[in-house]
Amino acid sequence: MNVPLVVLLKEVRESLRDRRTLINALITGPLIAPLMFVMILNVVISRQLGQAEGPLELPVIGASYAPNLLEALRQQGFAPQPPVADPIAAVRARDAVAVLRIPADFGKSWEQGDPAQVELYYDASRRDEQQPVNRLKQMLERYSRLNGAMRLVARGLSPALSTPVVVAERDQSTPRSRAGALFSILPYFFVLTVFIGGMYLAIDLTAGERERQSLEPLFVNPVARWRILLGKIGAICIFSVMSLLICVTAFTVAGRLIPTEKLGMDLSLGPLFALEVLVLMLPLVLLLAALQTLVAAFSRSYREAQTYLGILMLVPALPSVLLSVLPVKTVPWMYAVPLLGQQVGITELIMGGAVTMAEVATCLLCGFAVAALTLAVTASVYGSERLAISA
Amino acid sequence: MIQVENLRKAFGKVRAVDGVSFTARDGEITGLLGPNGAGKTTTLRMLYTLMRPDAGRVLVDGIDAAADPLAVRRRLGVLPDARGLYKRLSARENIDYFAALQGVPGAEGARRREALIEVLEMRDFADRRAEGYSQGQRVKTAIARALVHDPRNVLLDEPTNGLDVMATRRMREFMRALRAEGRCVLFSSHIMQEVAQLCDRIVVIARGRVVAEESPEALRRQTGESNLEDAFVKIIGSGEGLAA
Repeated sequence: MNVPLVVLLKEVRESLRDRRTLINALITGPLIAPLMFVMILNVVISRQLGQAEGPLELPVIGASYAPNLLEALRQQGFAPQPPVADPIAAVRARDAVAVLRIPADFGKSWEQGDPAQVELYYDASRRDEQQPVNRLKQMLERYSRLNGAMRLVARGLSPALSTPVVVAERDQSTPRSRAGALFSILPYFFVLTVFIGGMYLAIDLTAGERERQSLEPLFVNPVARWRILLGKIGAICIFSVMSLLICVTAFTVAGRLIPTEKLGMDLSLGPLFALEVLVLMLPLVLLLAALQTLVAAFSRSYREAQTYLGILMLVPALPSVLLSVLPVKTVPWMYAVPLLGQQVGITELIMGGAVTMAEVATCLLCGFAVAALTLAVTASVYGSERLAISA
Repeated sequence: MIQVENLRKAFGKVRAVDGVSFTARDGEITGLLGPNGAGKTTTLRMLYTLMRPDAGRVLVDGIDAAADPLAVRRRLGVLPDARGLYKRLSARENIDYFAALQGVPGAEGARRREALIEVLEMRDFADRRAEGYSQGQRVKTAIARALVHDPRNVLLDEPTNGLDVMATRRMREFMRALRAEGRCVLFSSHIMQEVAQLCDRIVVIARGRVVAEESPEALRRQTGESNLEDAFVKIIGSGEGLAA
């Protein structure tokens, strides 16, 4: 019988009997990400919706000095809350998102026609809390503009005089692209799943086997070591592909649980998306299996391999983080870089853009080339004398 | 038959094996005796091509191990120093895996496996997972998987290490049976009694060199000691690292 196949079947059979490997490859690895994702998105979305549509509740100090202003704000959906003693402390301690303070001389300035000041305390560094602040600012501005216009009219002037320039905003984002911004972390989840799905197997089949002193007897068999390596890599790939399949399936299901339509977004996480993700990820499956085995071959023990791979796990996050901080334009060469290619390709798919056949081909070709190179390096390490010696 | 000619292997500045030569013949048990750290395991590792010698030559049934390591390994049954089993597989599955890697056809492999399970008295635990095996059960399984391809030459690195008295006796009987089948049996040991009892030929190794290669009687004659133990101590220079 074919040697790599013999090794592969034995490794798969043995791993299927190992509960830790199974839980990691088939449950924790592939399901944690979609679960976290749905939960986070649900919180974010419902919070944004609440902030955009619910009554705006903020403390007001000195409400009695400007009853007309308060009434106008109430009509726009503002619900004034009881005053706080110290607005600065309240904002710093996050007791309030923002505090509106109306000075005692508000009425006097108003009547004299001077700009009447109100104070708005908030913290601009809390980006997620800017929506209520902006809402209140808009309400105040609207009130100011309205009264300004009325004063001009009262003096027989056209209100248009005070607005020489108007900006008409034309937002070019589509519902799909708005979804994409939220989902740009998704490709990393897929990479992570492949990584975790194969990791325990990769450690076990090389570092673990050496630690348990079974690598030396294995290499005594009249079989070239690279053929044994191929079988082991194959077994790792089977597990990581299983992980990826479960993960992608979970995402297509999870996509239905996210109330994206409430945000005016549109996601395409259907079967076609799943298939395209699988194809794009294939070179990474092989590349990561070879890389993990390489690391395991260099480590002196199971634990050491675990430590190294834990660090290596963070590397695939780089393109995701980089692209979300510096959203650059996708250019063709990016498809030629493993990890980056998957990142831009999958992001493109989520945003509803099309990935051309040429781009897919580039991604696969370069990905498999790098994987083959890594595999060759791993094979040469596997051939070394040092590898089999356990003690 | 195994011929070893002037084998050398150094790890950094340490000369683990420093010019070892000997011959192990078919139908004989050859013992590699030496204190711990004398270079026995390293010598054996070069025999089964896990390590490449710095100099010297290994011939197994006339085949040069450096030129065709796979052919050499096919002719060897090896119980290495490391004898880890696959814990989540049963003894039968462990043996079958090695049979498949040796290229033994399925039916032939099954026949050999059952014969070995019979001879080594492994029936009681052969279908249990190797996880909870005793030391003796582990060694038996390791030997069975090493011999499943019916090799002419058998290398055993400290085969009785960690076995209790009964298991050790049975192991010795088993080695005699292998000799009776006309195989070339080469084993290493640091236990003098064992070597004296079993061997047709004794190769004494100390500090990486062969200090004697004789039959037990010849050794006694050569050293003028009637007791083989005294003879060993005299040859090696000290009894340190040996066991009675």
